[in-house]
Amino acid sequence: MTTRTAPPAPTGRALNPSRTAATAARVLRQLHHDPRTIALLLIVPVAMITLLRYVFDGAPGTFDAIGASLLGVFPLITMFLVTSIATLRERTSGTLERLLALPLGKGDLIAGYALAFGAIAVVQSALATAVSVWLLGLDVTGSPWLLLLVALLDALLGTALGLFVSAFAASEFQAVQFMPAVIFPQLLLCGLFIPRDRMHPVLEAISNVLPMSYAVDGMNEVLHHSDLTGAFLRDIAVVAGSALLVLCLGAITLRRRTP
Amino acid sequence: MVNYEPEGTRPPPAVAARGLTVQRGDRTVLRGLDFTLEPGTITGLLGPSGCGKTTLMRAVAGTQAEVTGTLDVLGLPAGSPALRPRIGYVTQAPSVYTDLTVRQNLDYFAAVLHPGRAHRDTRLTAVARAIEEVDLSTHADVLAAALSGGQRSRVSLAVALLSTPDLLVLDEPTVGLDPVLRRDLWDLFHRLAADRGATLLISSHVMDEAERCHRLLLMREGRILAEDTPGALRTRTGTGTVEEAFLHLVAEAASRGTHPEEPTP
Repeated sequence: MTTRTAPPAPTGRALNPSRTAATAARVLRQLHHDPRTIALLLIVPVAMITLLRYVFDGAPGTFDAIGASLLGVFPLITMFLVTSIATLRERTSGTLERLLALPLGKGDLIAGYALAFGAIAVVQSALATAVSVWLLGLDVTGSPWLLLLVALLDALLGTALGLFVSAFAASEFQAVQFMPAVIFPQLLLCGLFIPRDRMHPVLEAISNVLPMSYAVDGMNEVLHHSDLTGAFLRDIAVVAGSALLVLCLGAITLRRRTP
Repeated sequence: MVNYEPEGTRPPPAVAARGLTVQRGDRTVLRGLDFTLEPGTITGLLGPSGCGKTTLMRAVAGTQAEVTGTLDVLGLPAGSPALRPRIGYVTQAPSVYTDLTVRQNLDYFAAVLHPGRAHRDTRLTAVARAIEEVDLSTHADVLAAALSGGQRSRVSLAVALLSTPDLLVLDEPTVGLDPVLRRDLWDLFHRLAADRGATLLISSHVMDEAERCHRLLLMREGRILAEDTPGALRTRTGTGTVEEAFLHLVAEAASRGTHPEEPTP
């Protein structure tokens, strides 16, 4: 007995590595035609951390504490901005509609973006961390590689958040306004300015559910401990988990059919 | 010039709509349309701006939300995942990456359609052929941002030609093009229909292009005013051109008062 089945869908639910890699390559190729953006992405964090070093010229201990945290905050902010504008452009130029009318999985698109910007973030963080540790004398007890790992996860979180909020922005003007709206509260509450346990209890409770707090905590663990601590593992798990969760939320905002 | 199969053995239609209705917000943009597109033919979709042409095309391409009624495309409900590689949809605004070159744009979309190292040759052939077909060989390595509007819309068209689609949905593909290029593109459309057996749905508000279509759908205010061959429309209305036929039909519809719910502009 034969049963007629519907023709198989050209894309499964799982990722297609070739389509994901092609998407990542395409995003990097677009950046390749925009050398000024690449220069800004790489130079600005180094310039800021250098600035910070000499602002705290008389208090090297403060530079160690804030500098390490900032190495985690920079990739989050820059990747947030770059991704939210890039995906907003994709939505408004009609290329997103076109891609979703082709056999491209939403996961392929999102993973492609995450891969491309993740690669940029690795270069950006490696440069900023190297300059901080070797030229500016940032005193880190743990391995600089762990700093780099946290920075990469922060960048992925930034990419995820940027992708997600771009769904709620109708223009570039709105998209950049989401930066202060989404990032600044986290920046104020993440323990960069004052340890989180010394804030008002309500604010401390809020800071406990914001992912950037764990990014900064993770950086501080590396700063003070030479080995992998349980707290560090928990911190990076929270950051990675948040990034994954927000990426999935971002996938929901990609609609094949629009009104 | 149209090779219709004899009555009775006619192949199933490429697109069949029954009671097709589309709601956008609180506005009904398409009001219960019935039409069919025969495979291997070029159908022109004509009507004033705002009459629902783009919405109709988006419904066929499967990107329009809130579609009710029946809409079968190549034998499957519109929007089915299996249709995605078989339909080429070109929006009115060129949807290409302006910060990539013509070739890089096509390379990427080709990689989405034919992924993997095994299809490398297929991709190279498809990209080279598509660039040739839209006559952009001399501009293949120019950034899309640096192209003229007409050139950019040809890049957008080339993307749709990559997959040798069975159905091409083209929203105003010849807007802003010079007469020579327009003639060349219409020749290409006829070759696609005749040689590949592709079905084309092409919207336009340039009425002289209508004469080059096998069949016409005349639309007004979310309804189909007439569905016929250009010649039959002219004969039926006793007019010399499709433009006059359209105006005649609009006047006829208005005098019958078929749209009492529509405010007169």
